[in-house]
Amino acid sequence: MEGEIGIMNIIVCVKQVLDPEAPPASFKIDPSTNKVVPPPGMPPVVSTFDEYAVEAALRIKDAQGGKVTAISLGANLLRDVVKKPLSMGADELILLDDEAFAEGDSWATAYALAMAIKKIGEYDLILCGRQAADWDAGQTGSGIAEILGLPSVTVAKKIDIVDSKARVERVISDGYEVIEVSLPALITLSNEHAEPRYPTLKGIMAAKKKEPIVWKPADIGVDPSQIGAAGRRTKMVKLFQPVREGKCEIIEGESPEEAAVNLALKLKEVKIL
Amino acid sequence: MSEYKGVMVYGEVTNGKLSAITTELLGCGRKLSDDLGQELCAVLVGSGISGLAQEAIAFGADKVYVIDDPLLKDYQTDSNVLVIEKLVKQVMPQILILGQTSIGRDLAPRLAFRLETAASMDCVELAIDPDSKLLLQTRPVYGGNARAIFTCESYPQIATVRAKTMAPLARDASRKGEVITIEAGLDPSVIRTKVVEKVSEEVAGIKLEEAGVVVTGGRGIGGAEGFKQLEELAKLLKGAIGATRPPCDNGWVPDGAQVGLTGKIVAPDLYIAVALSGSSQHMSGCSGSKNIIAINKDPEANIMKVARFGIVGDWKKVLPAFTEKVKELLGG
Ligand SMILES: Cc1cc2nc3c(=O)[nH]c(=O)nc-3n(C[C@H](O)[C@H](O)[C@H](O)COP(=O)(O)OP(=O)(O)OC[C@H]3O[C@@H](n4cnc5c(N)ncnc54)[C@H](O)[C@@H]3O)c2cc1C
Repeated sequence: MEGEIGIMNIIVCVKQVLDPEAPPASFKIDPSTNKVVPPPGMPPVVSTFDEYAVEAALRIKDAQGGKVTAISLGANLLRDVVKKPLSMGADELILLDDEAFAEGDSWATAYALAMAIKKIGEYDLILCGRQAADWDAGQTGSGIAEILGLPSVTVAKKIDIVDSKARVERVISDGYEVIEVSLPALITLSNEHAEPRYPTLKGIMAAKKKEPIVWKPADIGVDPSQIGAAGRRTKMVKLFQPVREGKCEIIEGESPEEAAVNLALKLKEVKIL
Repeated sequence: MSEYKGVMVYGEVTNGKLSAITTELLGCGRKLSDDLGQELCAVLVGSGISGLAQEAIAFGADKVYVIDDPLLKDYQTDSNVLVIEKLVKQVMPQILILGQTSIGRDLAPRLAFRLETAASMDCVELAIDPDSKLLLQTRPVYGGNARAIFTCESYPQIATVRAKTMAPLARDASRKGEVITIEAGLDPSVIRTKVVEKVSEEVAGIKLEEAGVVVTGGRGIGGAEGFKQLEELAKLLKGAIGATRPPCDNGWVPDGAQVGLTGKIVAPDLYIAVALSGSSQHMSGCSGSKNIIAINKDPEANIMKVARFGIVGDWKKVLPAFTEKVKELLGG
């Protein structure tokens, strides 16, 4: 079937993260462990850009049929969180859920995901978010592509499958470029892509019933020394909260309009204007 | 590892000139290489760019490698990874720094994996550890809520650098350096992507990243109409319009207006933040501003903690009066 791709097999990497939209004031680090303290009352979520990746996969599936497999890596993953791709319409969920996978850097994480994808075996497209909303590194996608020897296009806002190639709109600083890439390929998604769909009630019910497949390190043929904290190539020397000095002077007035006038006068006085 | 020496800067060219980020990287690289007592080199990749080698020297490079080839006209992952991989293996720098740009974001991780080392992305501080001589790579994490310092013991140590966090050297046209031409030696068949077209969505007027005044609107602006009012103020102050993510996602303003971690990095003298809460991801793109002014109806909003002056109130009432008064004060 040279030159023709019918049903697409799409794999989407989805990360569970602490809610990145939690108010900055609720953010805390435990200096004794060098770790972030989860903000109370704010459950983890699926990383923002990964939801866009799921949406991109589902759009391709809607257009021409296909199978969407989501894969998440972590330790003690919350089923209610990581099942979101299923409730949006993904077909399968694979969890690399084990303490050994935790605390990896970009290399350790990309390696484990790449090995899992190898085990899945059949894929035309691998999609990731452009960066995870916790460590913000933006390396996992490119890393997986490099390990699997695939071409990659990063920070995409649109994907079309045309003549067994992907036509990708890649966001650049003042616009975008249209890139054609041969398949299989890895593409990372950005929020300029169409908004992720809301799960339907039917989708949520189906996701509830669906059991994820859980793989341990041995299942994907990796040695625990190569993944998670043990597999890191970078060492974190320190994690800290930058001190935000500065005090805001609130400009008052009898009315909002008067406050506005006072602000303009103040800016003139301190020579900002 | 002792055979690895020197600092290498991956240079970028925009509109036939060295990009601002490249001069910043050269400034930072100069300091790192002086601290190590080693050389600073730059590499320029593209088509028709060899004329800029001297410019890289004027901004601090001791040596410039030029890889000039028609196949390198557009940035493409495969071709750039290949030529830089080859050059790094030949030159063996201890440190390789790139800009946190559309190119650097794409190239650095892939190159790091290819070279079996690691990269730290979006660094805001780079320094040499006096004892270990390793590169201390400081980068914001958790959307800017925290910072982390990383080291990597494999060479080259690769880092990308956030725009406007490093100071360029003053241009000195009398500086001497060596220019070395490198053959790309690319086989076109190894490039698995094709750039079909580039679509510019640049807005007319002052460039956001270069503006001395930025007027930014957030979700609370409520629609495209509201941004017209912000534009009036921006024009008056000869500034540019910025936005948080929701106005871009909602199509009230072009995507290119987004300021923040995944948008543009700005550092104007005056940043007027209207109806935005000051999320850490947004502040990542504007915290370098000299003066932040906030207009927000919520006194508890984070932006009120980081601004120099603020007004608590509805922007719809505050802004017109403010614009009017500014016009008067500027004698317009
Ligand atoms: C990985 C990641 C990357 C991100 N990158 C970016 C980025 O680059 N840039 C970015 O901006 N965001 C980014 N975000 C999104 C970010 O987390 C916030 O969601 C976003 O910045 C919020 O925008 P906002 O402040 O406009 O909206 P909100 O947080 O909803 O704030 C609206 C504010 O407007 C005020 N308001 C409402 N009505 C009025 C009125 N009539 N008068 C006065 N005030 C009013 C409210 O009090 C409120 O404070 C990113 C998120 C993630 C997870």
